[in-house]
Amino acid sequence: MNKVLFFAHLRDAVGAESLSVAAAGKTVAELKAELSAQYDLPRMETVMTAINEEFASNDEVISDGDEIAFIPPVSGG
Amino acid sequence: MKLYEISKEPIDIQAVIDKVVQRDAGAITTFIGTVRELTKGKKTLFLIYDAYEAMAVKKLEQIGDEIEERWSGASVAITHRVGRLDITDIAVVIAVSTPHRADAYDANRYAIERIKEIVPIWKKEHWEDGEEWMGNQLETVAYPTGKPEAGDLDE
Repeated sequence: MNKVLFFAHLRDAVGAESLSVAAAGKTVAELKAELSAQYDLPRMETVMTAINEEFASNDEVISDGDEIAFIPPVSGG
Repeated sequence: MKLYEISKEPIDIQAVIDKVVQRDAGAITTFIGTVRELTKGKKTLFLIYDAYEAMAVKKLEQIGDEIEERWSGASVAITHRVGRLDITDIAVVIAVSTPHRADAYDANRYAIERIKEIVPIWKKEHWEDGEEWMGNQLETVAYPTGKPEAGDLDE
């Protein structure tokens, strides 16, 4: 299983800080598409993804136990 | 001593500066980011900052590493606040020391610009007529490959 973390407007859309999802073997793009459809997530084309706290590209394949985070455009500072 | 921190408490500016004191330094620059009341004429009441804390600390460390590579002899410390911040509150403090003053200014500027690119921290603006999570202000930056481009990460 995989813990999937949501932040900012995505957390509001999902209604939870994280979900437990079986994502092993899927690419980042596939997981994004699946969750976007399920939760009607807005502006996913602007959202970055991290696997185990490091930025990952859309074609990276997820392994069992990886922590996934969807990262909207950041606005710190 | 932790050089890179996400803090739920108000930031002690002097404590951040003290972390970069070194005998080889000829200059320390300090950047203090504060909560502004008016943005394009719209009045902010307060902000909420949230972070993916574990990754945010790693990305602040990465920025520090980038600075030490580019500016020889630089020492860096950064603390970013999270939670509710009122107008004039301090959101971020960046201290950089270097042997010579020009580098201290340049490296400090680099740090704040990089924070705005790669550190997973978000602010939610609260106005009199609503609230919204801000994403690089105007949603003008998209990441077609799903992450910042190589140039963003390495430059």
